[in-house]
Amino acid sequence: MPTRPLVSYEIDRVEVLNAEGLVDEALMPDLGPEQIQHLYRHMLLTRQFDERMFKLQRQGRLGTFPRVAGQEGAHVGAAFALRPADWVVPAFRETGALMLRGIPMEQLLQFWGGDERGSGFPRGLRTLPVSIPVGTHMLHAVGIAWALKQAGEEAAVLTFFGEGATSEGDFSEAMNMAGVFQVPVVFFCQNNQYAISVPFTKQTASPTVAQKALAYGMFGVQVDGNDVFAVYRVTAEALERARTAHEPTLIEAHTYRVMDHTTSDDARRYREENEVEEWRSRDPIERLARYMRAQGLLDDGAAAEALAEADQKVAEAVAAFEAIPPPGPEEIFAHVYADLTPPLAEQQAELRARLARGR
Amino acid sequence: MARLNMVEAIDQALSQEMELDPRVVVLGEDVGRDGGVFRVTDGLVERFGEERVIDTPLAESGIVGMAIGMAIAGYRPVAEIQFSGFAYPAYDQLVCHAARMRNRSRGEFSVPLVVRTPYGGGIRALEHHSESMEAVFAHVPGLKVVIPADPYEAKGLLAAAVRDPDPVVFMEPARVYRAIKTEVPEEPYTLPLGKARLVREGRDVTVLAWGAHVRTVKEAAGRLEAEGVADVEVVDVRTISPFDFETVIASVTKTGRAVVVHEAPRSCGFGAEISAQIMERAVLHLKSPVLRVTGFDTIPPLAKLEDYYQPDVDTVVEAIKASIRF
Repeated sequence: MPTRPLVSYEIDRVEVLNAEGLVDEALMPDLGPEQIQHLYRHMLLTRQFDERMFKLQRQGRLGTFPRVAGQEGAHVGAAFALRPADWVVPAFRETGALMLRGIPMEQLLQFWGGDERGSGFPRGLRTLPVSIPVGTHMLHAVGIAWALKQAGEEAAVLTFFGEGATSEGDFSEAMNMAGVFQVPVVFFCQNNQYAISVPFTKQTASPTVAQKALAYGMFGVQVDGNDVFAVYRVTAEALERARTAHEPTLIEAHTYRVMDHTTSDDARRYREENEVEEWRSRDPIERLARYMRAQGLLDDGAAAEALAEADQKVAEAVAAFEAIPPPGPEEIFAHVYADLTPPLAEQQAELRARLARGR
Repeated sequence: MARLNMVEAIDQALSQEMELDPRVVVLGEDVGRDGGVFRVTDGLVERFGEERVIDTPLAESGIVGMAIGMAIAGYRPVAEIQFSGFAYPAYDQLVCHAARMRNRSRGEFSVPLVVRTPYGGGIRALEHHSESMEAVFAHVPGLKVVIPADPYEAKGLLAAAVRDPDPVVFMEPARVYRAIKTEVPEEPYTLPLGKARLVREGRDVTVLAWGAHVRTVKEAAGRLEAEGVADVEVVDVRTISPFDFETVIASVTKTGRAVVVHEAPRSCGFGAEISAQIMERAVLHLKSPVLRVTGFDTIPPLAKLEDYYQPDVDTVVEAIKASIRF
């Protein structure tokens, strides 16, 4: 019996905006000047916020947090394709996406500042809190997507994770279930090349994350993650396929973590500075700015104004954050169960009594 | 009133809760067409369809993780883990997410999920099929842990678990799935979570148990009464978490003696917690030390050695006598 090829595959990489700021007109998504300016301002706000958070952390005014600078093209571009009825199931390196969903910066500061109230987002935004355990939350996206389909809602779920998460068992279980149940979910991987210190080549023998989709019977695509137009285009298409046809998609945004993993990390221990510099030159905001300048959507005056506006918003958020009174000890007990159980009521009383004694 | 076994009672509870609330869905391995390997979900897919009775891929973490998402989005999933020993892959989802989503989101998102799983030994099963993990779950803030002892209890407690706003691990003693029949009212009813049950009143000693060993303890109490040795009070703990210390302490305060019976390993078993609670709250009422009849701190043995490991009427009788004759 002759052998014959049973399965062969191709994985596309999508690029729209090149490093010089030129776009492929055939692939350019349908975005008006105001939307492009909105994207630019939001990416810039995300960058300035991240920078300010870093300073706050170094001053001891904020706890450990993961920086997002350099990845705005990926997570902001993806979130820009969402509608209010869609859900977001984040990991932890998507600050700009959370801001775009309407979560106030002061609340994000509150969360990374060690105040649990910071992850109680404004109600009704259909955005889950940050999920710290790597790769375990994509299953929740699948369950929510199942619920949307079951309820007949024309909406989708966008879930973020890094390439490190694709090594976790729950990634496989989530992808498999999304394929089996055909639910409206978009898996968005920010492949930033490093899981703390471990590079992508030691994370998987697979040349791309995108091709992992094939084994689960879903569409997979790689996109230049520092190209906000390509990210937006691919994500908007995937979300629409999810909303209307209940087809899941895996998107790999090929990007780079130019920052340390978190403020507790020192990336100089495990990678060369020239590699980082190479990626800095592909900065997603600068690339977008080049395009906008060529299109007459941005000039020096407008750029300075946008920067000043971003800094002003960040300063206001920091002031609002620092004016929030510290949480009371009742917050420890308030949301463990819907109703305080008798053992917890007793323990809360014990803490109150201790505090009343001045300890 | 019909006499049902526990399998039938749970099946009826699921069917009725699905009838009452369209948000209730059942998912797990083989729960649909096969009706579950123990037949607990028998007939549900025929009645409610594949949209609400979902045969999942073979992935315990996936089942619980997906169910968490369903619950966040407003459904009331009842997930089955086929045997308790296979719950370990799902433990991460239970601990890291199901138990914490309410707290993490400051009350916006909750996880009204029930994870049902048969548990415990005495069924001559393979490795991993006889685990008794109630303490492992009870140690997790945000989870509730409920164990029925008979069919009447199973129906009412499961209905309450399905309606509860928080995640509940519902552990079903496989040993008595079909071994006990009780009267079970046809109409839906609930039994309160977080309340222990006084099974038998007595003056001399309080014996605490749950699941299949409530039956063991009742038999032991009957034998001791017949022998004229002791008048035994039996308490079915019923909800391991949150633990109803009021009922337990009231009983021990009255009898002055306590014996805890469970098949899980002794060290850090839930009996240790009960013993500590009694020490903290009722030590001056005690006439003898709190005793434990438990499994050993070993791997639950396979069929040929299982009887050495499991508490039985003889070992419980012996412990009660030791408590009284201290």
